[in-house]
Amino acid sequence: MSTTAAEVGRATPTGAITAADLEKDRSFKGTIGDITSPNARMVCRDVNVYYGDKQAIKRVSLDIGKNEVVSMIGPSGCGKSTFLRCLNRMNDTIPGCRVTGLIALDGVDVYDKKLDVVPLRAQVGMVFQKPNPFPKSIYENVAYGPRIHGLTNNKTELDELVETSLRKAGLWEEVKDRLDQPGTGLSGGQQQRLCIARTIAVSPEVILMDEPCSALDPIATAKIEELIDELRENYSIAIVTHSMQQAARVSQRTAYFHLGDLVEVGETDQIFTNPQHKLTEDYITGRFG
Amino acid sequence: MSNPATPDGANSPRRAIDAVNASLKRRYAAEKRFRLMGMSAVILGLAFVAILFVDIVAKGWPAFQQTSIQLPIYFDAQVIDPEGTREADTLSRANYVVLARDALRAQFPDVQGRTDVRALNAMLSPGVPQQLRELVMADPSLIGTTQEIWLIADDDVDQFVKGAIPRDVPELERRVKDQTVAWIDALDERGRIEKKFNTTFFTAGASREPELAGIAGALMGSFYTLVLTLLFSFPIAVGAALYLEEFAPKNKWTDIIEVNINNLAAVPSIVFGLLGLAVFISFFGVPRSTPLVGALVLTLMTLPTIIIASRAALKSVPPSIREAALGVGASPLQTQFHHVLPLAMPGMLTGTIIGMAQALGETAPLLMIGMIAFIVDIPGGFTDPSTVLPVQIFLWADSPERGFIEKTSAAIMVLLGFLLLMNLTAVLLRRKFERRW
Repeated sequence: MSTTAAEVGRATPTGAITAADLEKDRSFKGTIGDITSPNARMVCRDVNVYYGDKQAIKRVSLDIGKNEVVSMIGPSGCGKSTFLRCLNRMNDTIPGCRVTGLIALDGVDVYDKKLDVVPLRAQVGMVFQKPNPFPKSIYENVAYGPRIHGLTNNKTELDELVETSLRKAGLWEEVKDRLDQPGTGLSGGQQQRLCIARTIAVSPEVILMDEPCSALDPIATAKIEELIDELRENYSIAIVTHSMQQAARVSQRTAYFHLGDLVEVGETDQIFTNPQHKLTEDYITGRFG
Repeated sequence: MSNPATPDGANSPRRAIDAVNASLKRRYAAEKRFRLMGMSAVILGLAFVAILFVDIVAKGWPAFQQTSIQLPIYFDAQVIDPEGTREADTLSRANYVVLARDALRAQFPDVQGRTDVRALNAMLSPGVPQQLRELVMADPSLIGTTQEIWLIADDDVDQFVKGAIPRDVPELERRVKDQTVAWIDALDERGRIEKKFNTTFFTAGASREPELAGIAGALMGSFYTLVLTLLFSFPIAVGAALYLEEFAPKNKWTDIIEVNINNLAAVPSIVFGLLGLAVFISFFGVPRSTPLVGALVLTLMTLPTIIIASRAALKSVPPSIREAALGVGASPLQTQFHHVLPLAMPGMLTGTIIGMAQALGETAPLLMIGMIAFIVDIPGGFTDPSTVLPVQIFLWADSPERGFIEKTSAAIMVLLGFLLLMNLTAVLLRRKFERRW
């Protein structure tokens, strides 16, 4: 089920976003560029995040479209990871963290009090900065998600799902003979691909990646980037990265964050070749950051 | 700018490296002093441990042997079972003392007079009739035959044979008189007196006679108490640690709880004994002197230890594992039970074993709830009156008989053995399951 931003305004009970809301948001002046996506999967409007008294994200609005990779760049501490973690409510685990504004997945308010985060996280998967496989076997790492959600009916189906997921993550050929060995014994790049396989095993709709290559060497990075490009066919991907080259290589749209503000959003080519805002230009040309 | 090493460059004639070199000697000397102090502290500590161990082992070693006297016993049918019924009741009530005394008299036919005969009889332990009774009850066909039997010697004889009572002190100051010494020597010449491995020590309960006293009762009491303590404290402590560490909101109340758990760990154990007496025995009516009430009190005492260790173990599980599990959509409880708890388990078990070792060595609170009672029978369950190893040590250390000195040290050896075993298990467990990230 995919919904464009304009279609979201249905008369659904709690959690639905009204058309008026969206109109108001469209007029938001702060961000330069088009925050919307013609085929939006996730819609975020006026998102504020507070850690205690400190505001980490200020009125950020951004869409994540179907079959697109949105990259988020910006200097350290600008709030891009914080924003990413709002999208599947991973920030809930941080004490004192408060989120306001609208974040919707396929038209359903993610921060609705009645919404259960467990199915949300099954729909919005996450790959973390540091590869974090479970200290269990490779097979168990991938099979864990499907097993707790009851996605398969028997062992054969589960085996197939594990194989498909590992294949999609481009790891199958490397590990097919040692599925029973611990996932922590793999190399850094393999571990990260294992984490991606684990994420896609639960068939999410959106995948969030928080600097997935920052702990990897260039060869492993290249593999992951290739993988991201392939995954775009089936998933919406939001990726936070410190590498501008990476953002340029893998993403269709780029968002530049600065001190909690979303300064500029646009087509990746346009952002890197013709940034509109002074801050974006300074960052991209390496004047600070 | 000929000298980039100093901050003020050319203005300073002294190079930084000179200052470094000048201070090197002083710095190394300080390091050497520190190492020396550290090493002497370790050596001092080890020396005291060594002294303690050597003293205990030297004193306790003889307790693992027991002097026995071999005598040809004639199981006289006239004495044991004059009517020939062979009924258990008759056999158990027979006068076995006479059999042993007659056999001893036969060794020394020239002993005359009440005093001398009494002294001769005193060489045998008061446990001898029981020893013979058990033999006959087990095998009634012995009746009417003559058998060579090793009988337990009295503790004075035992101590003399082991050399704890020296020969060369004046007779008046010696518990074993000259005549008895002569008898012992005579028996020794005939090869009828010997030190044998002391099985009684491991199979018998408490006794007023040192040669009949054993640690089996205390060991079983300790075993039952510890089993219950583990059953009570481990689930409660792990549950409390898990809740406080992972689920409870971090606020003023949880801070107060945390401070108080740490306080509880420092409360003198006798206070827990008083609490147990007032609450468990007086209010809830739990039977006193039993492993059950002992375990309840020791649970209160070990809970803080295990909770603190378990929380540390949970803290050491990297947050990335929790994020990974939450990220694929595991519920908080699934995250804890599938991922965090298994990783924290070795640390929790280590804390539990250390808590258990503490409970095994605990004496004071158990004194308050009646586990100091003199109990001859070996406890057979959780509600039988019993005592525990450290209390048994306390009781024996308080006994005036010479034979109990070695028993005390031997019991300490057994207790230390168990404690070492438990701590070793904790270390091995930690080694085996320790994971590095």
